Amino acid sequence: MSIRIANIAKTYGRPGRGRTRALEPIDLDIHDGELIGLLGPSGSGKTTLLRIVAGLEQADSGTIHFAERDVTNVHVRDRRIGFVFQHYALFRHMSVYDNVAFGLNALPRRERPSSAEIRSRVMQLLEMVRLQAFAERFPAQLSGGQQQRVALARALALKPDVLLLDEPFGALDAKVRQELRRWLRHLHEELHFTSLFVTHDQEEALELSDRVVVMSDGRIEQVDTPDALYRQPANRFVFEFLGDVNRLEGDVRDETLTCGEARLAVPGMPDGRHELLLRPHEIHLSERDDARAHLPVSVSAVVPVGAEVRLELEADWLGEPWLASVGHETFERLDAKRGKRLFAHPVRLHRFDAERPQTLSPVCAS
Amino acid sequence: MIRIGDAPAVRRVLIGTALVLTALFLLLPLVAIFAQALMSGLDVYWQNLSDQYTLAAIGLTLLVTLATVPINLVFGVFLAWLVTRFDFPGRRLLQTLIDIPFAVSPVVAGLVYLLLYGRNGWLGGWLDAHDIQIMFAWPGIVLATIFVTCPFVARELIPLMQAQGAREEEAAVTLGASGWTIFRRVTLPKIRHALFYGVILTNARAVGEFGAVSVVAGAIRGETNTLPLQVEQLYQDYNTVGAFTSASLLALLALLALLTLAAKAALEWRAARRENAS
Repeated sequence: MSIRIANIAKTYGRPGRGRTRALEPIDLDIHDGELIGLLGPSGSGKTTLLRIVAGLEQADSGTIHFAERDVTNVHVRDRRIGFVFQHYALFRHMSVYDNVAFGLNALPRRERPSSAEIRSRVMQLLEMVRLQAFAERFPAQLSGGQQQRVALARALALKPDVLLLDEPFGALDAKVRQELRRWLRHLHEELHFTSLFVTHDQEEALELSDRVVVMSDGRIEQVDTPDALYRQPANRFVFEFLGDVNRLEGDVRDETLTCGEARLAVPGMPDGRHELLLRPHEIHLSERDDARAHLPVSVSAVVPVGAEVRLELEADWLGEPWLASVGHETFERLDAKRGKRLFAHPVRLHRFDAERPQTLSPVCAS
Repeated sequence: MIRIGDAPAVRRVLIGTALVLTALFLLLPLVAIFAQALMSGLDVYWQNLSDQYTLAAIGLTLLVTLATVPINLVFGVFLAWLVTRFDFPGRRLLQTLIDIPFAVSPVVAGLVYLLLYGRNGWLGGWLDAHDIQIMFAWPGIVLATIFVTCPFVARELIPLMQAQGAREEEAAVTLGASGWTIFRRVTLPKIRHALFYGVILTNARAVGEFGAVSVVAGAIRGETNTLPLQVEQLYQDYNTVGAFTSASLLALLALLALLTLAAKAALEWRAARRENAS
């Protein structure tokens, strides 16, 4: 079921006291069956937006449609949504079975399935989340990941058209989180509900979503596929939020940027003071400088993470250290241990102080 | 590193002091009451107990308690719900107002009721004209008792409900549950221990209230005397054994409340152990 959010705005607080604008008027169209991630730092309004879609909070203005149905003034209990909370919000005094059965048991008598049907439906859901054996346990006896799976089963019990998840994996450790993500993706492909989830973890948003909505300060900064978002960030905020960023600031004259002893050819850039940004993997390291780039750095920390090695680079001309990621092979070839002096060659540079974001490629990686 | 209280000697002294003080201040008076009441034997005790005025006082006390506890139970839950689940202008003020009965001396509370509903009071004339008697009758005693005991339930519930938050209720409403279903199946089970405790406290205070009741009751023997008033009156009449007999009844009620509390603690302990065991 598609969701159409039009002109939704929200302000907290009462007139006369400190009022905070939680959401600027927001428009967003979500297609049927899409998995959408709302990504932003805390206080960006993403949870507020989710809760307004759920009906747990009332917007000051604007409308929400589920397909053709205007649900703006429809009570939460009649919106047919499933909601998953960050801290699970399981009914602590009920068994896992009763938690999942709650929605079915709360149906008005004439819509309620027979108790045998409820039983089979609940067991089927518990099987789906691989928790059949835990039906009689209480929430406190389960691990965080198991509790969140119960919460998901509970939210799906009434076959909602829309599944809303508020930082669903935020309280779990990295490994469980990874597992649950993959599992949710799988579930989504199987059941085809439309879903909207909130996260502040860029990796999670990029991995899970069909499209990501990047928010900050109650505004939508960009809505795009993970790939497009990463390659063509709409602005500096999106670029910085989606990954580690290195800064290079200096004066440009005659298409050369200087910053202390560092020099870099920047073809096509106007004169003046400029700031350029680059990702850790957009730095090429070698033992020699060349005519285009003279950026001497020394390695100050080495962190091997999985397929790559992260190097922290320091230099007098750098305000804050750079982060570079290189392959193990390069790492070994350069013998880049702590204190080693190297030269950086930017493969790609991003510029956001122009009218439109620009990407420069000053060096061909050799 | 030795923390305070870790040294065996210190610990022994602390525990010993606590036990002695408890015995001296709490247990001894209780024992004294029964000793005094039974001083002249069980026959006299029974005789005193079945005195018609004492029986009337017992009846009135039970009536007042039965009327007060349910009203304050509903009122307290309602108030706690309001204060913890909604944000509205004056919420903090309301939270402070709940404590007024604790802050005001019960005698003053009684006087205020007298001022309002008494014959010469603000509403007294109107009540008199309609032949409704509140002061110096059981409705006045109930009103005064409600006033004095109304914070107990709310005070027990508010911190708990604040700590628990509204997430489970929100989850229930997204699952389509009606307000009543949510209260019955989600909220009530979460707060039932605190609610029970609040009711016991309300009950204990309703049975034992003296100050406010003594002002509005008018101490008409056999009619508006509750048990605490009866105790006082008997004592003033130099009927020490009679006074202590009624007092022992009050003490019994208190013990009953304590026993219920102990039973509740035992139940919780068992439930906790069961949860931890698996």
